[in-house]
Amino acid sequence: MTSTLTGAGPARTGPARFGVPRGWRRLAPRPALLAASAAAVAVALVPLVYLGVRTAEAGAERIVDELWTSRVGLLALRSLGLAAVVTVACVLLGVGAAWLVTRTDLPGRRAFAVLAALPLAVPTYIAAFAWVSTVDRLEGFWPAALVLTLCSYPYVFLPVAAALRGADPAQEEVSRSLGRGGWRTFTDVTLRQIRPATAAGALLVALYVLSDFGAVSILRADTFTRAIFIAFDLGFDRTGALVLSCVLVALTVLLLAGETATRRRGARYARLGGARRPPVRLRLGAARWPALAGLLGVAALALGVPAVSLGRRLASGVSRPGALTEVLTATGNSLGFSLGGAALTMLLALPLGLLTARAPGPLATALDRLAYLAHALPGVVIGLSLIFFGITVAYPLYQTSWLLALAYGTLFLPLAVGAVAGAAAQAPPGLEEVARSLGRGPWTVLRTITLPLTLPAVGAGAALVFLSCMKELPATLLLRPTGTDTLATELWTHTGVGAYAAAAPYAALLVAIAAIPTWLLVARSGLLDKEDR
Amino acid sequence: MSEVVLTGVVKRYGPVAALDGVDLTVPAGELTAVLGPSGCGKTTLLRCLAGFERLDAGEIRLDGRTVAGGGRHVPAHRRRIAVVPQEGALFPHLSVAANVSYGLDRSARRGDRIDEVLALVGLAGYGDRMPHQLSGGQQQRVAVARALAPRPSLVLLDEPFSALDAGLRAGLRHDIRAALRADGATAVLVTHDQGEALSVADRVVVLRTGRVVQAGTPTAVYREPADQWVAGFVGEAVLLPATADAGRAATPLGTLPLTGAAPDGPVTVLVRPEQVRLVPTGPGAVTATVLRHDFHGHDALVALRLADGTRITARVWAEREPVPLGAEVAVEVDGAARAWPAAPIDAAEHDVRQAAPTLTR
Repeated sequence: MTSTLTGAGPARTGPARFGVPRGWRRLAPRPALLAASAAAVAVALVPLVYLGVRTAEAGAERIVDELWTSRVGLLALRSLGLAAVVTVACVLLGVGAAWLVTRTDLPGRRAFAVLAALPLAVPTYIAAFAWVSTVDRLEGFWPAALVLTLCSYPYVFLPVAAALRGADPAQEEVSRSLGRGGWRTFTDVTLRQIRPATAAGALLVALYVLSDFGAVSILRADTFTRAIFIAFDLGFDRTGALVLSCVLVALTVLLLAGETATRRRGARYARLGGARRPPVRLRLGAARWPALAGLLGVAALALGVPAVSLGRRLASGVSRPGALTEVLTATGNSLGFSLGGAALTMLLALPLGLLTARAPGPLATALDRLAYLAHALPGVVIGLSLIFFGITVAYPLYQTSWLLALAYGTLFLPLAVGAVAGAAAQAPPGLEEVARSLGRGPWTVLRTITLPLTLPAVGAGAALVFLSCMKELPATLLLRPTGTDTLATELWTHTGVGAYAAAAPYAALLVAIAAIPTWLLVARSGLLDKEDR
Repeated sequence: MSEVVLTGVVKRYGPVAALDGVDLTVPAGELTAVLGPSGCGKTTLLRCLAGFERLDAGEIRLDGRTVAGGGRHVPAHRRRIAVVPQEGALFPHLSVAANVSYGLDRSARRGDRIDEVLALVGLAGYGDRMPHQLSGGQQQRVAVARALAPRPSLVLLDEPFSALDAGLRAGLRHDIRAALRADGATAVLVTHDQGEALSVADRVVVLRTGRVVQAGTPTAVYREPADQWVAGFVGEAVLLPATADAGRAATPLGTLPLTGAAPDGPVTVLVRPEQVRLVPTGPGAVTATVLRHDFHGHDALVALRLADGTRITARVWAEREPVPLGAEVAVEVDGAARAWPAAPIDAAEHDVRQAAPTLTR
């Protein structure tokens, strides 16, 4: 889910003035590109559609039987409750930390900005593993809430910190000049300025909690994702798993609809341009000590615990007989699957990214939203649906890495689309037209202008997709060919049987892998920019 | 140097005809300005000339050779027509020299053409800079040098100065005009700024809703506009109801000689504010009340109301003290006026005329 944050990043710039004439072509963009984009989205929606088809086959009576049980009600309550608790905690933690880091004279605020973003580099299943292997018999709702909060508050912190940095200080100055004091200016102006960012971050957290599989499984908190996996793993009749998946999809769609609504309202808060001025920082005085202690405490829990736990176990894990070969094999498998997944994802993303960048319009937007829908689905649901798809429709693909690549494509398509659209914006059509008017043919223009300008961004996007595939757990767990293990599945297997030392090397490698996109995200957010005064 | 001739050019986007039968000749070696309000089709005209759009009807001939129309569409890269877009659109990954040499072939790159055109636009020695190291005005100069370098048949400039601030614009306009002339280039400049069109172009073509309303020298377009809309679009206009008789018109400002042909009978007469002079009151003089005084530094616009309620504007040199508001003054008209048969202005045209002053910024 790191993806949604970065995926939304690249500017969806409109066509240049010398590009497509304004307005007239909105409804009839390039037909070939449109067809290719529609095909890509159709492929990405295979799991969702097949889930519906397969569930419907069970018949209304069976579905109702499975649905109207106290267990489903309990699961729904627990999943939503977990999402609510974690979201509220993340908003408090994220907004507070963002405000301290961007608007006060807190000592070491740049370091704290990085510390507050770093938990993104710890996949939840690794954090859960670290806690379980540190504290005995840690399990249930509240530990899961704690671990998920510590892992996902950066989803609120990063956009809010960026909004606080980017917010126009003139609005606050106007508020003060109109007689509002510091606190009322904060509540009436500042908090409203960052409301879209906060809402977007909060919904991201909620979606993330609903789709999380690793942490709730390791910490034995019974939520939908865990129940789906268990129902599938144990049952002969998989209707139960299918029905649970559909309920989870329905919850996800509800949340997504909420996100869309806030995004539309948030559009009005856009800054009107003008030079950026750093805001005046608040002097904390004696309050700086509790603030420091608070941030340090959160960092210790979110980063210190996993670091200490991994460090403690790593030595014995590495020296275990046969560990090296096992790790190397798993790394090789991870690399192979992820390469395939990234290649397929980029292939699907190219037409859609070009379409949104070059021929924006209602159709392009609709396709883009559909791709996001698939992305928000829990990996466990996508994995499950693709298993049925493989068994009944595409048997030659079943138990091959193709099916896994398809799952990755579904999960990470928006991430790649964002990268391609951003890349296309680097080479606006106006530049190509100028090049042609200077007497260069289409191929020369492609070679000398378009490719040099777009390849870096497309490459970065592909790398990001690749890394996301590496750390994906639930779909990989369900879809990997039997007997083939990746870093993530090895970690899961070892943790499942309490072999914490054996799991540690995989966890360390995965953290290293996840650190790269996190670093990119932090660098792009501007939190590392030279200190303003 | 090449002559460009457009005949009956039509370009439609769905039901909208962006160009609705454009006839136009761009003489070789001259700078022609295409002037019109936003949405009049001037950018579409440029894109059709460059070869980025296909015509729906009509023909474009370059030196007698058909480049578009009649089933032919010479692609943009074979037309030898270079564009300078609004924001310059320099290739961000190439140095200034590499940008300028982009349209040159291998042998020409080794020659001194790059230095020559960079010197023409006043950027000699800037070859090694990257585009992001240049100011907006410098980027625009490089874009012009890049377009000139391969000696194209035609250079198209799409509002190249509009993104720059006013002070910079005048200087750059002059320099680029000089560079185009020094290189003997044929050029078409698209703009909505009537001051820009009148001051730099050899010829001005006024475009409205996809049609050419008037084409001529800047003086002709300003002094003898084809209709009332053009009169208002290219400058401040005082329009008065009048009765014409044998080359003279009786107007609220007295009897005025007319330029050009006008039928006898009811007419609308155009007087430019600079033709209206404020004079000492005397017997038989036309008197007016001062309503407003807009000081512009070098001159001032004085809004006046005649005794019969007609409102007019006078442009006066601002050397003396402003006339006090509410004062009675006498007015006189210098020179001849332009007249058109009086016809009710339909609502749409009236709207356009109202909008014109704000569009011209």
